[in-house]
Amino acid sequence: MIGIYIHIPFCARKCPYCDFFSVPYQKNTVQAYVNAVIRNLKAYANQISDPVDTIYFGGGTPSLLSAEQIHAMLTTCREYFNLSHPEITLEINPARNQETYLHDLYLAGINRLSIGIQSFSDSQLQLLGRTHTVKENCKIIHAAVNAGFENISCDLILALPEQTEMLLSETLEILIHQPITHVSAYLLQIEEHTPFAENPAILEHLPDDDTVADRYLQTVQKLESAGIYQYEISSFAKPGYESRHNLKYWTCADYLGIGTGAHSCLQNRRFYIANHIDLFCQEAMQKEITISEQACDPSEKIMLALRTVKGIPPEMLSRKAQIKADLLTERQYMRLTAEGNLALTPKGFMISNAIIAMLID
Amino acid sequence: MNSEYIRNFCIIAHIDHGKSTLADRILEKTRTVAERDMEQQILDNMDLERERGITIKARAVRLNYQANDGQTYIFNLIDTPGHVDFNYEVSRSLAACEGAILIIDASQGIEAQTLANTYLAIEHDLEVVPVVNKIDLPSAQPEKVCQEVEDIIGIPAMDAPRISAKLGTNVEEVLEKIVSDIPAPKADPNAPLKALIFDSYYDSYKGVIIYVRVKDGTVRTGDMIHLMATGADFTVTETGYMTTDQLVNTGELSAGEVGYIAASIKSIGDTQVGDTVTLKEYPCEEALPGYRKVNPMVFSGIYPADGAKYGDLRDALEKLQLNDAALSFEPETSIALGFGFRCGFLGLLHMEIIQERLEREYHLDLVTTAPSVIYKVTLTDGTVQYIDNPTNYPDPSVLALAEEPIVKADILVPSEYVGNVMDLCQDRRGIFKDMQYLDDTRVTLKYELPLNEIVYDFFDALKSRTKGYASFDYEFMGYAPSKLVKLDILLNGEMVDALSFIIHTDKAYGRARKIAEKLKENIPRQLFEVPIQAAVGGKIIARETVKAMRKDVLAKCYGGDITRKKKLLEKQKEGKKRMRQLGTVEVPQEAFMSVLKLDE
Repeated sequence: MIGIYIHIPFCARKCPYCDFFSVPYQKNTVQAYVNAVIRNLKAYANQISDPVDTIYFGGGTPSLLSAEQIHAMLTTCREYFNLSHPEITLEINPARNQETYLHDLYLAGINRLSIGIQSFSDSQLQLLGRTHTVKENCKIIHAAVNAGFENISCDLILALPEQTEMLLSETLEILIHQPITHVSAYLLQIEEHTPFAENPAILEHLPDDDTVADRYLQTVQKLESAGIYQYEISSFAKPGYESRHNLKYWTCADYLGIGTGAHSCLQNRRFYIANHIDLFCQEAMQKEITISEQACDPSEKIMLALRTVKGIPPEMLSRKAQIKADLLTERQYMRLTAEGNLALTPKGFMISNAIIAMLID
Repeated sequence: MNSEYIRNFCIIAHIDHGKSTLADRILEKTRTVAERDMEQQILDNMDLERERGITIKARAVRLNYQANDGQTYIFNLIDTPGHVDFNYEVSRSLAACEGAILIIDASQGIEAQTLANTYLAIEHDLEVVPVVNKIDLPSAQPEKVCQEVEDIIGIPAMDAPRISAKLGTNVEEVLEKIVSDIPAPKADPNAPLKALIFDSYYDSYKGVIIYVRVKDGTVRTGDMIHLMATGADFTVTETGYMTTDQLVNTGELSAGEVGYIAASIKSIGDTQVGDTVTLKEYPCEEALPGYRKVNPMVFSGIYPADGAKYGDLRDALEKLQLNDAALSFEPETSIALGFGFRCGFLGLLHMEIIQERLEREYHLDLVTTAPSVIYKVTLTDGTVQYIDNPTNYPDPSVLALAEEPIVKADILVPSEYVGNVMDLCQDRRGIFKDMQYLDDTRVTLKYELPLNEIVYDFFDALKSRTKGYASFDYEFMGYAPSKLVKLDILLNGEMVDALSFIIHTDKAYGRARKIAEKLKENIPRQLFEVPIQAAVGGKIIARETVKAMRKDVLAKCYGGDITRKKKLLEKQKEGKKRMRQLGTVEVPQEAFMSVLKLDE
């Protein structure tokens, strides 16, 4: 089984905290870009015989594309690949009057939405420079349900300035009462060269490490109490709704990335595509830049798998690392799963960099 | 060589009053160095000396001077260090001279080391020739300074040359003064050889080169010499005088002269500075009075940051010691820091200079423990021990008497800061001895201070309380009984030997708290909570806690791009290399260093 990731690098406007590559929406460029994606899908189809079980439209803002454009790309996938009960996700930002659009997306074949909700607090949405409101957040979720979507994921951003326990609790309370199946909760990270990195009003009010950890644990607890269980550092789902596509990243499964900046891992080879839209649109096939020919070695596997609640079989670790893991388990940073695997606890996830570094050196 | 036309002199001054600059001008005026070859401060040929503007090692050089009386004189200029730590080197230089040029800064006036060095010169019966320097400065008050010299030191100074060494103004006057005021050496070239070793260094081709002042007799190439203190005998392979950049082999050195002897001496240990050289076959009856052997006063553990560099550190110390007999070192082991050396220094500046030279010239990354003095302890069974490493401090149950070194300190300070300085000395357990007004505005304070109170940061504290105007000089006085305790630091319940030190009971609590705070600032949060405790004799007197790490995560791993995560892990691994693993606690080098600077 293989996953296909399609990157859509267009945004209506740039969010002040985001450092991902994107360009402003421009009609002609977008169509040329979609054509190039279709061209690449056809080209890769010759090399790939494995069945495809996930397709993911990420961005940027894929919801800037028309339903027809999405439909065209998915049609190509159907015609050229062997699709096997695929999970087909599209990232979408809340906006006005999306009812028809959602309906058309559903008809085009999208069966999972990942909505950039970010928060259910208007003041926090404003701080993030988002143009939607809490009202619009609720509206899009219901519109999606009405359009036929059953599998709906919401993005949340934690560790924001002024995000008190109370404020976050309000957001979580609203969230768990929505008809959703999945939550991705990220911690705000200040990236260089973004407006946030130069904004003293933001920088001076960032929560300290202890507060961040508290908010994270608060989120984990609240979601679990509502039956939305953590299955990865920043992913939570109702049972059976874990993102099959994202899990491929943590299990060293194969995925093909198409589009600018897209990453791939195919048969232990990692590569990515340059952030150059014109080049991508013009070339017959996207140019792969190799990162590694020996991906998914044991230490990479440990690093990735420890992001999930499934964890790793203890024997993947060296003798020395196993002793360290025992100590970490004693201190409740790790735990033994029902299958006998070693996995991080929520408290452990929060310091996973340190733990992973300790276990694979 | 007619000794009537020889003048042996040195230059003494407080630090920064222009000693090396005047030496440069004298070299230039006597054409010892062509102007085009002139590099600033030729006698200071270590980078460090030039940068810090201080002279560390004494050096000697021969010059020819065509005086106004038509005669050509031989000047032997012996450069001396100005800093208090190097007093013994000053006294070595003085013993080789008949006169000393005393430089006083025309704007600063007399300072603590001006006095200390002058008194040393007078003790050695030298003719002191005062010179007022830096008259080009707008704030120069040469007349006032001359008056000060007469009033405070009590030597005539009204006709002292007023010069600017920097610009070369009136330097000829100084040269004429050397001829007229400094006596020629009294010497008998036919008497048995009697020469004073005042310096030595190691040359990898010729072996140890000793610098000597020949008091009586003559030494020639081929002579069998006898070093009276060490008892060693050598055959002279070369002898002659020094220029600024080379040794000139003349094959002979006679009474009154200053020069060098090479005799294939393999070990610097055979050539004690202060020893007397005579001839094996025609020896003199008694040795010259040598000088007090220098004893290191301040000790500190020096460890390579990377344990694998232990051998490099040993080699570097050995090389430094060849030219710096005052440096002592012996291997020691610390549980916390591994293998290293306990090094002895003359004082704090000496310690800093050695550390800096190790790092700069030998590219070593070092961890240094807090400086310690030598404590004298008497055990209940009557044994007396000298303790230079806090780790070896005896258990209180077997301790009958503890004594610590006391110094006599002279502090010169503008009168408006007297209060500040007295507060500082009081705080450092000083005993007030005397206070005198040098003039209307300046005061000299005399205190007896425990050496362990000044080895940390006294000088910095003094400067900051007097806007940099105070000057300071000290000399060892003796041991005095004291209420001392050993303060231990525990990380996660385990004692860190490299952080232990000895302190006066009354100071233990305050110091313990400060150290605990500093360590807390400098130890990064770890997976587990790390208690920092300071203990005296098993009793915890201060505690801080480095809280457990709560957040170290890359939550977002976007679109299957794992490169950021990998980079982060690699960075983390790099960071670990700079950490010392103490039990379960990782301690960065900076944490060890941070406890050395507590009064910031």
